[in-house]
Amino acid sequence: MIEKISVLSGQDKEGKAEGYQQIDIYAGEIVAVVGATGSGKTRLISDIEQYAFGETPTKRKILINNLSASEYYELNNQRQFVGQVTQNMNFVMDVKVGDFLTMHAESRGMYNARSIIKKVLEAANNLAGEPFDEEDDLTSLSGGQSRALMIADVALISDVGIVLMDEIENAGIDRIKAFNLLTSKGKISITSTHDPLMALMANRRIVMSGGGIKSVLWTNETERSWLSQMLLYDKKLQKLRDIIRKGGQIP
Amino acid sequence: MKVVIITGTSASGKTSLMYKVIKLLLSEAVKVAVCKIDCLNTTDDEKYAELGIPVAVGLSDYICPDHYYVSNLEEIFDWAKGFSSQVLVIETAGLCNRCAPAIDGCLNICVLDNLSGVDTPSKVGPLLTTADVAVITKGDIVSQAEREVFRHRLSIVNTKAIILNANGLTGQGAIKLKNIILNWPDIDGLEHRTLKSSMPAAVCSYCTGEKLIGSKYQMGNIRKEIFWGRQHD
Ligand SMILES: Nc1nc2c(ncn2[C@@H]2O[C@H](COP(=O)(O)OP(=O)(O)OP(=O)(O)O)[C@@H](O)[C@H]2O)c(=O)[nH]1
Ligand SMILES: Nc1ncnc2c1ncn2[C@@H]1O[C@H](COP(=O)(O)OP(=O)(O)O)[C@@H](O)[C@H]1O
Ligand SMILES: [Mg+2]
Ligand SMILES: [Mg+2]
Repeated sequence: MIEKISVLSGQDKEGKAEGYQQIDIYAGEIVAVVGATGSGKTRLISDIEQYAFGETPTKRKILINNLSASEYYELNNQRQFVGQVTQNMNFVMDVKVGDFLTMHAESRGMYNARSIIKKVLEAANNLAGEPFDEEDDLTSLSGGQSRALMIADVALISDVGIVLMDEIENAGIDRIKAFNLLTSKGKISITSTHDPLMALMANRRIVMSGGGIKSVLWTNETERSWLSQMLLYDKKLQKLRDIIRKGGQIP
Repeated sequence: MKVVIITGTSASGKTSLMYKVIKLLLSEAVKVAVCKIDCLNTTDDEKYAELGIPVAVGLSDYICPDHYYVSNLEEIFDWAKGFSSQVLVIETAGLCNRCAPAIDGCLNICVLDNLSGVDTPSKVGPLLTTADVAVITKGDIVSQAEREVFRHRLSIVNTKAIILNANGLTGQGAIKLKNIILNWPDIDGLEHRTLKSSMPAAVCSYCTGEKLIGSKYQMGNIRKEIFWGRQHD
């Protein structure tokens, strides 16, 4: 059981030491990663996904329950404890959607694949626009459909203690639904984002600049009250978007 | 001297990754020499030469590059020994998948990339099954699920190899590979050692430059396929 992960400080793109010692993130927490394009958000997410131990360009180290990944692995005999939705918008594997999900479920040691595949497809279609099914070629899915499938796959097949998301707002999918699907109770969720709404849905946010972690901010009360207003605006905006998408005109 | 043999499909990231690994070895004052075996042309030597280490290239030209590689191994070993190298890296061409250059006692590394397709691990045959370490590159371009499927497929084909996810661009995995190399036993020479997998016969008239098509031009080790049995209805 993952109780906490720790990011031990490394260096920014210029080789300057980062100005913190250690950031501890506990089970159940939602943490956002913010910063300009190129500031190192994806790199931080990848460091966690790879259980970096000083060998990545950032020199950061990741600990799980105060152990290195290999120590944690030996103790728990579990290799995969991170689920990740990358920034990639397309699959490259040349197989059908259903076969792909079966293979992935098998690689995760699930052998009752059929029922899971159904659930994954349902969840994915609930996030995306045009529906797709298991007979479709994986590589023929649109960016949004691919992303929706990656999200549903991480939520339901890679059902693990740590979930990493890289700018899931960028795919024309319902990002709030996606976010809720991925951030279930007791998990650690870390999401890089340019979206103020998603940033404020987290209880903390890590601020990146020049490849380094600059600060960690707690979401305060003022921001929380802004969040509820923003959610309302977002709903309205969503309605208008849907009307336009479906070929209607705004009355 | 430790002998590291790098194989894998074409453009899978062998050179990019070994470049990073050798850099790490050099930073620990380990002496490294590299030999690249290819068919017609390669620029890998220029890349390795940037590291300021001894680099040799063997181009097999009209001979099968894997057979050519085996027939030159002792000489490559002596060449590297001449520089008092501690690690000899041999990068091979890895073209037809029928041969595998792996040698008993050497560290045999097979590099495959995530883009090459789910069936690649089972298609490359001895290249992968003889590997001590299987490296999977280009994980940065695919989804996590695809990485996991590929790794799983590979682990079924070679259940004993250490599997490493690596990245030739960022150097992910390079430290682990460097440590595996440093912990690998030294060997005194390659003579009397055995290939882990036999190489198919290839001694026919075409091996020696024949270009004309037709049975009467074919001599030596020829195998005829029975295609007439597979006609359409
Ligand atoms: N995105 C990505 N590209 C990579 C990675 N590793 C290597 N490459 C790129 O893949 C291409 C081929 O890499 P090489 O290192 O030359 O591959 P190789 O296996 O030595 O190729 P040959 O010796 O010609 O068979 C280059 O353009 C590399 O920059 C990786 O992990 N990710
Ligand atoms: N601390 C660092 N040291 C060296 N390179 C870094 C560092 N942080 C990020 N980079 C590199 O900078 C580039 C941009 O970073 P990236 O994480 O993709 O930015 P973002 O996701 O915020 O747009 C990448 O090539 C990344 O590997
Ligand atoms: Mg990014
Ligand atoms: Mg090469």
